Formats: sequence, C-alpha cells, structure tokens
Amino acid sequence: MNRIGKHATPNRPTGKFSFGMFTFVICFLYTPLVILVAYSFNQSKMMSWGGFSLRWYSELFFNSESLWHSFGNSAIIAVTSATISTAIGTLGAIGFYWYRFKFKKLIRIAAFVPILIPEIIIGVSLLIFFAGIKLNLSLFTIFLAHTTFNIPFVLMVVTARLEEFDFTIIEAAYDLGAKELQTLAKVILPAAFPGIMSGFLIAVTLSLEDFVVTFFVSGRGSATLPLHIYSMIRFGVSPVINALSVIVIAGTVVLAVLSRNVVKYMFQK
Amino acid sequence: MKKNLGPAYVAPITVWLCVFFVIPISIIVYYSFLTKGFNGGVVHKFSLDAFRALYNPTIFKITFNTFWVACVSTAVMVALAVPAAYYMARSRHKNFFMLLVIIPFWTNFLIRIYAWMAVLGNNGVVNHALLSMGLIDRHIQFLYNTNAVILVAVYTYLPFAILPLYSTIEKFDFSLVEAARDLGATKLAATLRVLVPNIRGGITTAVLFTFIPAFGNYAIPQIIGGSSSYMLGNVIARELTVTRNWPLASSISLVITALTTLGVLIFMRFNRSASEEARERAQDNAPMSAMPQVSAQSTGTGASE
Repeated sequence: MNRIGKHATPNRPTGKFSFGMFTFVICFLYTPLVILVAYSFNQSKMMSWGGFSLRWYSELFFNSESLWHSFGNSAIIAVTSATISTAIGTLGAIGFYWYRFKFKKLIRIAAFVPILIPEIIIGVSLLIFFAGIKLNLSLFTIFLAHTTFNIPFVLMVVTARLEEFDFTIIEAAYDLGAKELQTLAKVILPAAFPGIMSGFLIAVTLSLEDFVVTFFVSGRGSATLPLHIYSMIRFGVSPVINALSVIVIAGTVVLAVLSRNVVKYMFQK
Repeated sequence: MKKNLGPAYVAPITVWLCVFFVIPISIIVYYSFLTKGFNGGVVHKFSLDAFRALYNPTIFKITFNTFWVACVSTAVMVALAVPAAYYMARSRHKNFFMLLVIIPFWTNFLIRIYAWMAVLGNNGVVNHALLSMGLIDRHIQFLYNTNAVILVAVYTYLPFAILPLYSTIEKFDFSLVEAARDLGATKLAATLRVLVPNIRGGITTAVLFTFIPAFGNYAIPQIIGGSSSYMLGNVIARELTVTRNWPLASSISLVITALTTLGVLIFMRFNRSASEEARERAQDNAPMSAMPQVSAQSTGTGASE
C-alpha cells in the first residue's frame, strides 16, 4: 500500500474470463458463510427455516461459560505468543539483514523451515518433546508451541519490509555519529515498524486460528476456542455454533477493516 | 557497519528454534528407531519395527490418498487463484477486493470447515432443500469422502494461493504485455509467455503454501472425511493418542517431513526464477552499491517516514 502510484494500474477493462473466475471465487468463499449467518437467526434447531429468532445468541452469550473460558485462553495465548515471537523474529530479521557472520546462511534457511513443515509435525514433535522433559501440558505449552510456529512468519514479514527500504539511511545515521543502539531505536525500528506491526498481527491471527498444533499440546482445562469449537462440531450441526460463527465473522470484518486503516495511516504519516 | 552485533541479534531466534524445533524433530528421528512402550512412550532399545510397519498396503493406500488430495486441491487452487488474483491486481478496487479475500481467510479455520457441514451435511441446507422439494426421499451423503475433503481443503486454503499471486501480479509491469501485443503476440501467447514466466515466484509460493498444509492435513479429514478419506495426518494422530505406538507415529511423521521437503526442494529447483537468482548474486557480490534500483524506489518511502 506504500507503493500506490509506483505501478499505477491503467483503468482499462480487464478480461471477461478473469472477471468470471474472480466472481466465482468470491461466491465460493462467501456462500457458506452467508448461510451460517442466515441460519444463526433460525428459530428451529434443524436447518429448515422455523422463523426469525435470537434464541441461539442468548444461548451463546448467557449459557456458554466454557466457550467463553476457552475464548479467554485463546486471547491470552495469542497476545503473549505474538508479543514474544514478534520481538524474537524482528531481532532475527535485523540481524540477518544487516550483518554478516558465521553460519548466517545456514541459520537463516533453518529459521524458515518450520513454515515449510506441515503443522501436524510441529504438534507431534512438541508433544513428544514436552512428554520427554516431563512438562505438563497446559496453557504454557500451548504458548511455547504457538511462539515457535509464529517466529518464522514474523521473520518473513519483517524481512520483506526491511528489503524494501534504503540502506543509505543507516549509513547516514552512522555518518552523523549515531551509536549502534541509537541507530536501532531511532532509525531501523521506526522504518521497519509497519513490517513489525503486520508481523504481530499475523502472529495473533495464526495463534487464534490454530487447531492442529494446539490439539496436540493442550492439556486438560487448557482448551482454546478452536478446540472448543472442535468438540462442539463433532456432534454435528449446532445452532449455537452458527451464532458464534456470526460473532467471529463480524469480529474478523472489523479487525480486517481496522487493521487496513491502521496500516494505511502508518504509511501516510 | 561498526561492531558486528549480528550474532547478538540472531541469538534469541536461534536458541528458541533449536530448543523448540530442532530438538523435538531430532527426538522424533530418534524415537522412530526405538521399540514401542506398553502404554505409550518408548523402550530405549533399537528397533526397525516402526519402519517395517510402514511397508503395508493400508499405509500405501493412505499415502496415495494423501498425495491425491494434496495434488488435486493444489491444482484447483492455483487454477482458480491465478485469474482471480489477476483480476484483483488490475482492478481499480483492489484494496476492497483484497479485503473480500482476507475476511474469509481470517475467519476461524474450524468455522470454515463447519460451514460446509451446515451446507452439505446430512442435516445441511442442501439436503433439507432437496428433501422438502421432494427431489430425494432420504438425505444424500455429500460429506465423509475424499471429494469432500478436497472441496473443503480448496475452500480453506484458497486465500493462501490468491494472496502471494496477487502481490506478485500487482508488481508486474504490464507494459511488457503491451509490448508483446504490439509486437504481434496473441492475447494468450502474451499471457503465457510474458506474464506467467514473470510471476513464477508468486506461483511457486502459492503452490508451496497450499500443497504443504493440504499434504499434512489433519483437521479436515478428521472432521468431514470418512474412513475412505483417511490421510497420513490422521494415522499419526491415531498412533499417538489411541494406539499409543509412538515409534510408528514418529516414523510416519518422518515420512511426511521427508516427502514434503523433497517435494519442496524439487519444486524450488525447477522454479527458481531468474530474478531471484540475479538478486542473490547481486547481494552476494556487492551488498550496498549494487542495488541502485531498490534504493531509488525506497528513498521516497524511507524519507516520508
């Protein structure tokens, strides 16, 4: 978004084929969600229409304590793991980008490997590892696991941002007498801030989303929202989940719109 | 650069990933060569049982099924994503379209799976509609088979294909296509021979980001798959939590890791875009001075912040 105008798109009609495919994709992505929204207001417990009702929402808000508890767990883990992984990933990105040192290439490639490995492998290996060091499965193990899979994503996003900007401003800072830490705090971090912010947001999203890894490393009483949803949907369609879905979708829309504006604002400043 | 603080910067990431990634993976490798314990866990005695157990028709069938699901869903996703991303990148409303793609993508993974249960499930909307219209006497089982797994995999991972393609196509200089057209290329030829080679990086990312999760799929076949659509991920989970044969769970994990790594390596080798290579060469040889173009582009952004 910071590149508006650099590759200005000519306002020329685009192909019918690509328009058709795009329309299809959007319909495909939204149809199931729209159906969930519609049926969340259904009086009937079944998927046949029984009239408008808000009963599933009152069920969701006033009669689903364990669900809200799991939501709290998810929020705690998302914020903590995103914070730690953003700090670690950002430092790593800066280190890889500006310095040369022994084994740099190897470490750098190795740091991206967790992205390329199926989630289930991370879950299984961490479960076996935690069992090996006799660490009881709890919110803490989930936090460790989420931080682990978040770090490479933060690294990737921040690196991408660093690659976009100018080395010379750092040289300028040094030439003007800035110390290493001053340069980091006053030049590098502010310049990389949009990348750090999107790294953090991605980490929060991935953490809130995650089912597979969490499934393996969670213990009794440490269910996150996705685990709770999983235990509910195993018994089939439930109107309460329809209502929950609407809340989740609405939250997602708000978050997406807000974060877009935040990003825009940051770029324009 | 004055002092070399590089190692200090990368120490946290290196330590963290060593402890929580490299060591656990090494333990898996180690466990796969051990004897299984009676109630989960392992006996520290060398054994190849876990690998021998892989050599059986059921595992072969499941491995084939896993490949099938991953390949078909990846192919469908890329086929849908290239034109869709192209349209988005060329549109005047690209920011809005981006948002449209991101919203379902950020909606919880399990809710997206669940949405298809509500649509196609035995008590789902489609079955209800067909029943009430009298077109069928009893519900049709749409879910709990391999095609349902592919459908839902495409649904949940499609944005992973669209987003990288979108950002590559958006950066593509379309005057190249115009030049090709002016020089007499047909629309199709210009697309295939100018656009596609230039967005190869995006296609690679799209394939990797869709194939890997589809291959290591666990949740989707677990929730809306049936016994016929079992995938390797489900076997691991079963061995780990139900049968409690940890060496076998480890050896299957190794197989998945090896197969995905191999696939990724082969794919990257064939698809390494020329621009990437050139960029790396430039970086290796002359890190600061050889990037005038990058500097020129980013001075504006850098200065404005």
